[in-house]
Amino acid sequence: MSDAPDAPVLRMEAVRKSFGGSVVLRDVDLEVAPHTVTALIGASGSGKSTLLRCANLLEEIDDGAIWLDGEEITDPRADQDAVRRRIGVVFQAYNLFPHLTVLENITLAPRRVHGVPRAEAEARARELLERLGLGGKAGEYPDRLSGGQQQRVAIVRALAVRPRLLLLDEITAALDPELVGEVLTVVRGLKDEGMTMVLATHEMAFAREVADQVCFLEGGVVLERGTAEQVFGEPRQERTQRFLRRIVEAGRL
Amino acid sequence: MTVNKDEPAVGSGAHDARDGYVPSQRRLDRERYKRARARRATAIGALSTLATGAVLYLVVVNAPGWPRTKETFFDWGYAREAFPKVLEGLWLNVRLLLVCGAAVLVLGMLIAVARTLRGPVFFPLRVLAAAYTDFFRGLPLIINLMIVVLGVPALRLQGVTVDPVLLGGTALTLTYSAYVAEVFRAGIESVHPSQRAAARSLGLSNRQALRYVVLPQAVRRQVPPLLNDLVSLQKDTGLVSIGGAVDAVRAADIIVGRSLNYTPYIVAGLVFVALTIPMTRFTDWVTARMDRRRAQGGIT
Repeated sequence: MSDAPDAPVLRMEAVRKSFGGSVVLRDVDLEVAPHTVTALIGASGSGKSTLLRCANLLEEIDDGAIWLDGEEITDPRADQDAVRRRIGVVFQAYNLFPHLTVLENITLAPRRVHGVPRAEAEARARELLERLGLGGKAGEYPDRLSGGQQQRVAIVRALAVRPRLLLLDEITAALDPELVGEVLTVVRGLKDEGMTMVLATHEMAFAREVADQVCFLEGGVVLERGTAEQVFGEPRQERTQRFLRRIVEAGRL
Repeated sequence: MTVNKDEPAVGSGAHDARDGYVPSQRRLDRERYKRARARRATAIGALSTLATGAVLYLVVVNAPGWPRTKETFFDWGYAREAFPKVLEGLWLNVRLLLVCGAAVLVLGMLIAVARTLRGPVFFPLRVLAAAYTDFFRGLPLIINLMIVVLGVPALRLQGVTVDPVLLGGTALTLTYSAYVAEVFRAGIESVHPSQRAAARSLGLSNRQALRYVVLPQAVRRQVPPLLNDLVSLQKDTGLVSIGGAVDAVRAADIIVGRSLNYTPYIVAGLVFVALTIPMTRFTDWVTARMDRRRAQGGIT
């Protein structure tokens, strides 16, 4: 553990990942400072999701290294479960457990992994649900909720264990615009509370508003990085400009 | 980036010529560590297997009754005498397994589908299918066999076979179809409803949705329990011997009756086990391949 207050929560160095013969991530470097939001942008298939999956050790990287709070998590000696306990993930397709109620989905990890007593875990779950406007849904099963509601439950599930870092993988991609708003409001609230987040997103306006750092990925390479103003305002790379132009033409920025 | 240009590329597909990638020292160290760990795990596994085997062997061999047991259960001479006869009998088991197995799969699937059909028109079919599974799953196989193998010939119907093998096979098929139908039905119902919804939304009929979307997904989950039932069927094919047919167990039985030495049973038992193992490995391989082709990758 590094004790310096500004030491990065997540650090990646020369990360490489390939599936079969195709290289999905190539020499990716990334630093995420505490209490900041990093947005990964880029076309589908540019490696955003894979990057997040690597950070959560859901994918084994080929080369390079990843540190969480100064501790190398890609070391084969590292305890993967202990690493994942400190990272929350919200998936594009929610990945809620359909056989459990909303409350059970949320309290599963706190109770079984972190050993929080049932009453305490449920109290915290209810408090989070209340805050995200889902107070009445604790007893429902995920399949009976709307997409936006399911995604907010997934966020609560990730938050329930008080993670050090939250990874959000295109969490609004499966939602219609009205529901996108309700989920993004939640993320905005988390930023205000100081949660460290890395999010892959297609919501450029949102990325611009909320991100402290923006990384543009193409072909598994971080082509451009900087503050939101830099990347969106005056992109240096020609391909970033082209990508953003297409987004603007599509009316998404 | 920490790249050591002098190190050769290792690992499967690691070297990618197009971007001039060379594995870093870090990666090489990591892979070396993993290989060492794998070697250690293999060594520990081999050692513990050896130790367990040795303990078992010593416990059995030092049992007070071991010399007597060895004589009556592990007699090499009787084993050699029994083996060809048991194998001969086994051929009947194998044929019964193949024919009954195929019939059971077809009949079981039909019953399962009948039970999952929706709509009021199919109500009688649903009830019939449910009644069938309830009855034949509950009825002890041995009683079913006796009724069919001994009862049907007693009717002296014209044109109906009295061959105990055919009748026994019929009885086995009746009982096992009921078991297998339930396996299929559980598999069908375990597929998430959203899959059926997606299929129906594309305009597929209920039947097409079942055929092209639900069943293929269900089959993957059904393979292990189906195999369970098939192995069980394979062993139960021996029961046709109550009608006088000579299968592997009966062949052993005949020698035991004559010699009062139980070695032939051991031989028959081992032959059955030997028949099951390749079947299990084969289905394991098939399901593993199905999973691999579909998986997203990763460690999850």
